[in-house]
Amino acid sequence: MAPRTLFEKIWDQHEVVAEANKPSLLYIDLHLVHEVTSPQAFEGLRLTGRKVRQPGNTFATMDHNVPTDDPFTVLDPIAAKQIETLVANCEEFGIRLADLHSDDQGIVHVIGPELGLTLPGKTIVCGDSHTSTHGAFGALAFGIGTSEVEHVLATQCLWQKKPKTMLVEIEGQLVPGVTAKDVILGLIATYGVDFGTGHVIEFTGSAVRKMTMEERMTVCNMAIEAGARAGLVQPDETTFDYLRGRPYAPQGDAFEACVEAWKKLATDEGASYDKTIRFDVTTLAPQVTWGTHPGMGMGVDGTVPDPDAMESDVERRAAWQALRYMDLQPGMKMTDVAVQNVFIGSCTNSRIEDLRQAAVVAQGRKVAAGVRAMIVPGSKKVKKQAEQEGLDRIFLDAGFEWRESGCSMCLAMNPDVIPAGERCASTSNRNFEGRQGRGARTHLVSPAMAAAAAIAGRFVDVREVFGAEKEELHGTV
Amino acid sequence: MEPFKNHQGLVALLDRVNVDTDQIIPKQFLKRVERSGFGQFLFYDWMHKEDGTKDPEFELNQPRFQGATLLVTRHNFGCGSSREHAPWALADFGFRAVLAPSFADIFHSNCLKNGLLPIVLRDEEIEEIFKRGEQAGYELIIDLEGQQVRDVQGLCFSFDIDQYRKSLLLQGLDDIGVTLQYGDAITDYEQRKKAVYQV
Repeated sequence: MAPRTLFEKIWDQHEVVAEANKPSLLYIDLHLVHEVTSPQAFEGLRLTGRKVRQPGNTFATMDHNVPTDDPFTVLDPIAAKQIETLVANCEEFGIRLADLHSDDQGIVHVIGPELGLTLPGKTIVCGDSHTSTHGAFGALAFGIGTSEVEHVLATQCLWQKKPKTMLVEIEGQLVPGVTAKDVILGLIATYGVDFGTGHVIEFTGSAVRKMTMEERMTVCNMAIEAGARAGLVQPDETTFDYLRGRPYAPQGDAFEACVEAWKKLATDEGASYDKTIRFDVTTLAPQVTWGTHPGMGMGVDGTVPDPDAMESDVERRAAWQALRYMDLQPGMKMTDVAVQNVFIGSCTNSRIEDLRQAAVVAQGRKVAAGVRAMIVPGSKKVKKQAEQEGLDRIFLDAGFEWRESGCSMCLAMNPDVIPAGERCASTSNRNFEGRQGRGARTHLVSPAMAAAAAIAGRFVDVREVFGAEKEELHGTV
Repeated sequence: MEPFKNHQGLVALLDRVNVDTDQIIPKQFLKRVERSGFGQFLFYDWMHKEDGTKDPEFELNQPRFQGATLLVTRHNFGCGSSREHAPWALADFGFRAVLAPSFADIFHSNCLKNGLLPIVLRDEEIEEIFKRGEQAGYELIIDLEGQQVRDVQGLCFSFDIDQYRKSLLLQGLDDIGVTLQYGDAITDYEQRKKAVYQV
C-alpha cells in the first residue's frame, strides 16, 4: 500500500460506501450535540418517524445560551425554550445529556476531551464549526450544518467528498509570553482566512510536538478560521498521557491496546500532501487583531496597517470598512488602544492552563478602573480545578468576575454582551462585526495578553511588562 | 426539498469579500426551534440602522435589487460559524443561487442541503457579472442541468458541480432517504468495526 497520511488512514477506516463519482459515505464515531443547531434536526426526525441510529455514539450538552452568572435563571424565553427543547429531545431519543445539573456540563469542545469521549482515530462531528478542536487528538473532527446533524442522528453516517491535505510545519522556540494562541493567530494573519479551504490541515513540527494537549486544542480550534475543514495533530505520548484514566476512555489494558492501534495512525514515511506550509515562530510576537476577521492581525509591537498599501481593490475596501468599524487609524500603535472589556473564555482558551497563564499576570495586581473583566471557565470541571488551585481568589482579588461555564461572550447569544462602541480584549476565536454584540469591537488575543490588557486598561506587550513572571509565562513550547 | 429547475432572476450585487455567517444571520436570531421564517433577519445588522429602521446604504436595500433571486458576491462567502440558519435565511428571503469566486466549505455544503445553489465562477467571470449587473433590471439564467450561467446579451459561463449533488438537486431528493438505502452496508460496517477496533 502507498504511504498514507494520518488523515487518509482515518478516512479509509471509516468509509462505509465508496462508489465512483460520488462522495463517500463516512461512519461517524462521536456526534456531539448542543442546543442551538439541533432542534430543527430532531424535529425532522419526528416528522419522518425516524430514530437515532446509535444513541451511544451521541452526547449532548448546553453551552451557547447558558447565562454564566446564574445558569438556572434564563430570562430570555426563546433561549429557555431551546434549552428545554434539548432536554426533551435527549429524553425522547435516548441520548446522554450533560445538563445544567451535571458536573460534566461545559462548552461542548471542552468537555469532549475532558471526559475522554474524544479519542485518536475517531470521526467526530458537531453542529458547530469549532469541532476542529478535537483534531488535536488525531481525530478527524469537523463542524456540520443542521441538515447533517439530522442525517448523522438518523444514519450515523455522512456523505463526504474527500478533502485535500495540507501539512503545516510549525518550527522554532517561542519566547516567554508568546503562546499557542499567538501561533495560530500569527499563522492566519500571515496566510489569510481561506488558505485552508477545501483542506484538512495536519499540524506538525518541533513546536507542535512540544505543545501540551490544551495548546494543541487551541491551534486546531482555529483551523476553521483558516477555512480548513479540520485540523489534525499526530497522537503521541502527550496525547495518551492526557487521555489515560478519563471517564469515557477505555480503561486499563483496553486502553493500552488502543494506544498500540493509535500509534499505527502515524503518517507513513514518504506520504505526500497537496500543499505544505512552513511557519517559523522563533521571532513571533504576542498577537492582537486590528480588524473584523481573524486574519486581520499583527504583533502587539506593530502599528495598524494602511489599507491603501494593500494589493487589491477588494482588500483595500474591506480593510477600510474594518478600520471604520473598529474606530482605528492607520499607523496607530496597538499599545495606545484602550479597552473597556476583557473576556477570558471560549472553546479556544478556557481550559485550566489558560486560566493559570491569566492568573500569573493577574496575581497581586488590580484590573484598571473602567475595565470590566470576566473569566468564564470552559466547563464545571475546569472551574472546580481552578478553585482547588486558588485561581478564583487571585482573579476575584484583582477585580475580575468569576463566572459559571458556557460560551458566554464568545458569541453573546446569552446575557454576556459587549455594549456598542466598546472594545474587548477577547481570548475567543472570531472578531467579526457584531460578534460580541452589535457595534462591539473585538480584538483577539491570548489569555496572558487579555489579563495584561485588563490590568493596564490598554493593550500591552506581555513580554515586556511583567518581567518577574516571565518564566511562569513560559508555556511548554 | 423542492427540485431545482432552470431559473431566471434578478441579480443583486454584494461587493464584499469574506462575508461571514455572523453577518448573514446574526446570533440573536438563532434561538428559534423552527427551520422557517429566517428571511426577515437576513443581514439584519447591515440591513438596519441602530434605531431599527432600514439602512438605505446597504446594497440589498437599494430599490434596483428588490425582488432579486440571485446573489453575486466575492471570495470566501459564508465563512465562520457553521449555522445552517445562513442558507435558510438566504433561501427564505428569496434567493435561489449565490455566485462567487469561492465559498467557505461548511456553508457550501449547507446550501446544497437546502436547494440554494452555490455557484463558483472564476474571478474574471464574477468581475464581468459585477460590471453587467450595474444595468437596471439585470437578470441571469441559471441552467443547472447544462451547468451554465447565461444572460440575454450572450454571456455564457460554465460551472462545476459534484454530479451526485447535482442529481439530488435536480430531483429534489432528501439525503437521508438515499442513505437509508445503504442500511445493510452500515450495519455490516458496525459489526466489522466492533470486531477490529474496540473504541
